[in-house]
Amino acid sequence: MFEKLSYLQLQEYWWFLIALLAALFVFMNFVQGGQSLLWSLAKNEDEKDLIVNSLGQKWELGFTTLVMFGGALFAAFPLFYATSFGGAYYVWMAILFCYIIQAVAYEYRKKPNNVFGEKTYETFLFINGSLGIILVGTALGTLFSGGNFVVNSMHLSHWTKSSYGLEAVLNPFNVAFGFMLFFLARIQAALYFINSVDDENIIKRAKIVLKYESIIFLILFAYVAYSIFTMTGYTYDPITKVVSKEPLKYLHNLLAMPIVTGTLGLGVVLLLSGIVAGLKQSAKGIWLSGIGTVLVVIALFLILGYNHTAYYPSLANMQSSLTIENSSGSRYTLVAMSYVSLIVPFVLSYIIWAWRAMNSKKMTIEEIKNDPHHY
Amino acid sequence: MHIDPSVVDWSRAQFALTALYHWIFVPLTLGLTFIVAIMETIYVKTGDEWWKKTTKFWMGLLAINFAIGVATGIIMEFEFGTNWSNYSWIVGDIFGAPLAIEGIMAFFMESTFFTVMFFGWDKVSKKAHLISTWLVAIGSNLSALWILVANGWMQHPVGMRFNPDTARNEMVNFWDVLFNPNAYVKFLHTISSGYVLAALFVISVSSYYLLKRREIKFAKRSIMVAASFGLIVSLFNLTTGDDSARQAALSQPMKLAAMEGLYNGKSRAPIVAVGVLNPKKRYDNNESDFLFHIDVPDGLSLLGFHSFDAYVPGIKQLVLGDKEHKIESVTSKMAKGKEAVTALKAYKDAKAKGDKEAMKVALAKFNANSKYLGYGYLKKPSDVVPNVPTTFYAFHTMVACGFWFIALFVIILYLVMTNELEQKRWLLKAALWSLPLGYIAQEAGWIVAEVGRQPWAIQDMLPVNMATSNITSSPVMITFWLFAILFTALLIAEVKIMTKQIAIGPKEA
Ligand code: HDD
Ligand code: HEM
Ligand code: HEM
Repeated sequence: MFEKLSYLQLQEYWWFLIALLAALFVFMNFVQGGQSLLWSLAKNEDEKDLIVNSLGQKWELGFTTLVMFGGALFAAFPLFYATSFGGAYYVWMAILFCYIIQAVAYEYRKKPNNVFGEKTYETFLFINGSLGIILVGTALGTLFSGGNFVVNSMHLSHWTKSSYGLEAVLNPFNVAFGFMLFFLARIQAALYFINSVDDENIIKRAKIVLKYESIIFLILFAYVAYSIFTMTGYTYDPITKVVSKEPLKYLHNLLAMPIVTGTLGLGVVLLLSGIVAGLKQSAKGIWLSGIGTVLVVIALFLILGYNHTAYYPSLANMQSSLTIENSSGSRYTLVAMSYVSLIVPFVLSYIIWAWRAMNSKKMTIEEIKNDPHHY
Repeated sequence: MHIDPSVVDWSRAQFALTALYHWIFVPLTLGLTFIVAIMETIYVKTGDEWWKKTTKFWMGLLAINFAIGVATGIIMEFEFGTNWSNYSWIVGDIFGAPLAIEGIMAFFMESTFFTVMFFGWDKVSKKAHLISTWLVAIGSNLSALWILVANGWMQHPVGMRFNPDTARNEMVNFWDVLFNPNAYVKFLHTISSGYVLAALFVISVSSYYLLKRREIKFAKRSIMVAASFGLIVSLFNLTTGDDSARQAALSQPMKLAAMEGLYNGKSRAPIVAVGVLNPKKRYDNNESDFLFHIDVPDGLSLLGFHSFDAYVPGIKQLVLGDKEHKIESVTSKMAKGKEAVTALKAYKDAKAKGDKEAMKVALAKFNANSKYLGYGYLKKPSDVVPNVPTTFYAFHTMVACGFWFIALFVIILYLVMTNELEQKRWLLKAALWSLPLGYIAQEAGWIVAEVGRQPWAIQDMLPVNMATSNITSSPVMITFWLFAILFTALLIAEVKIMTKQIAIGPKEA
């Protein structure tokens, strides 16, 4: 069946899957948000354990989504994988370091004889939850604001700045993008705790976070959205593939793709209603805002990659900019991988099964005390 | 494009470091997940709470190992992009696919069911829990499958074609990539080596208890499961090891020659059981190969080609060529490779100018030599010789360990069945100290596989010096040291936590 699609349709299909993965990843960032809130929501050891354990059953999912995001980019858009990871070297390495320390922190934090002490592992969680997310957001911001790379006629690429990606933090848009993600992660975490832990004190504090940080998030979101819709984007000619600048490109994309606009609108509404639900202490808050987040991120990725747009503009050489057409795998590989993608619904269904089984009851401090294997 | 040679060295060092670290933890996961699943199956079948406790104890150790396995894994996934960016473009169309499939098929399965297995004892039914435990085992072994399909392809590239327009290799047959004989031999040998390690781990920990005269019942029962499992899988490991050598003989003759320190090709080639290489020996001088060696006659011909008389080419023939055995010299391959490089460049230039005629001419010339493209990037013929001592000693260490493990499993199984094991304290000590040997054999195996294929990132197609990212060496150097420090710190923590949990013992599980 995939053989019947045109090359461009396959590329669009794969860009959609990338968007979906990015969206699920941003949703799963509530784990990171929760980590960054550990010390502010928990005032004693029992409360800390409760928070760590409620996140501890979910962190791997977000981590694996990040790994999958890398793998899918490698298979479907290898030129992006080569250009961005090999060029913005420091940024990606810094992000990876933030994830390496996350992976051991849950398991080792409470174990006797863990060498560095509980506090160190909690600091690991905090770094991953703050710096890690802000950097990821900054890197995602460069998809709009561009990177300093050149791709030669053999499709080999190099970076033109010896700061290898760190220069991205000099651009306020990228940084705002990073902080926006950070605050989103924190409010999602607050909603997650309201949904899944049974502890009055934690919930009370979570609601305070929700109340104030939602405001910061919304201000940043408004700034980022405004910047994107007024920004000059890079477009390319469908026939000659020559790249050129186009003022208000992303706004034009929205107007050209009403379904995407609808998705974005619906996403924003759900996100806001999730926050409101959370303030009323409804367990549904995380799902409303979660689905909203997923829709918003998908929409942003679609206006970034569809409608003849360069999804990774080059600031060093405009014609080097990456588009879904010039950076993808071969037609054959995309078809083969599209068949593989048919197992995605199956994977999603067992993840949902496991989630429901594990979260069927709200978690309590007693439950953790009774389980010698807790984190 | 000019690539700084020290970037190549630092990138290799970094990849070797991170891969070797990742490989400290992965094999134990591959095997221990199965051992735990077997134990839980016994529990579910018999309803005996004692087995549940035993299962939980080993599961606790598994979790400690798993966490750091995941931590060291994520970096590898991205290193192809960060450090081998040219590689990622030139072969990404084929190589990226198994990596992505690994994520979707294996990693999600592993991580989702790991959570259920670990925290879900009271949250899902007994049966659902058992299935989850088995799915963790299957998931981790599936991740081995896909990553080894990717690695097997590097050793023996199949199912692709070079596309001069995109200047990269593109996949033309997915099934060829998946059913690459090199990949599945590698898969079987690697997972079985993981099972061997896990068996050694269980035996080693249990021997420690027997030496301390505690947890006697627990230790003996665990040894019984582990030694039976270990004996079967170590024999399988031996057969697949033999198959691995055969694959090397067929697609990487230089690697085989380096594994055996074979400078001069022979029929009825012997295999060196123990040997010390002559450090002065090069393929182009007349020094003797060894300072000392004990041979098994005809062994190499048998191992590599399953025939006593088979001719096994040596390093000298592989570099200088050999008419009689139809081996082309590297000099001649390099000349053809350079033709291919020039023709590709001419093709690109002609295309940029829109000169159809010139494109056709260049393309024909390119196609005639494209098989040798990789050789066009070599500097001198001796570049094709990998580091012989490293490959040789690593190979012999691995094989010696392999035979020792088989012997160990046999003896232990016999003694535990006749109930004499506790009295044989020397054997318990030997079993305890065999665990480090297991790790050494593991790392040695990869050193054979990876050092032995140098200078090729993709065998005969892409040398490592063309495969790196186009960056300066300092970022790579900095991250190399950061990894070295961070991973070492985490390893120390892991070992300390693990030994503490072992000292606490299964009672409190
Ligand atoms: C407990 C670990 C262990 C043990 C006892 C053995 N191996 Fe092994 N071997 C591995 C662990 C390993 C490994 C780490 O899993 C490797 C690395 C790459 C691979 O495919 O498997 C490997 C690679 C490897 C290779 C290179 C494959 C390649 O180039 O791709 C050969 C030829 C052998 N092995 C042969 C043997 C033989 C003849 C053994 C005799 C008993 C043996 N191995 C025991
Ligand atoms: C986890 C087990 C592995 C270990 C211990 C290991 C070990 C090594 C070592 C020692 C090197 C350096 C060789 C040298 O430069 O002389 C290396 C290089 C490399 N390995 Fe592996 N390897 C492993 C698995 C893999 C797999 C599964 C792949 C691919 C799917 C892979 C791909 C590479 C690449 C791309 C390089 C760098 C280029 C090169 O030196 O050829 N490795 N590895
Ligand atoms: C150089 C190539 C390799 C890459 C890119 C790689 C990548 C990864 C990644 C990203 C993870 C974390 C997965 C998660 O999110 O749960 C991981 C863990 C794992 N990898 Fe690797 N890996 C490599 C080599 C290998 C090899 C050679 C094997 C097996 C033969 C293997 C088997 C596993 C297993 C079983 C895990 C689960 C964690 C653990 O067991 O410690 N990997 N790997």
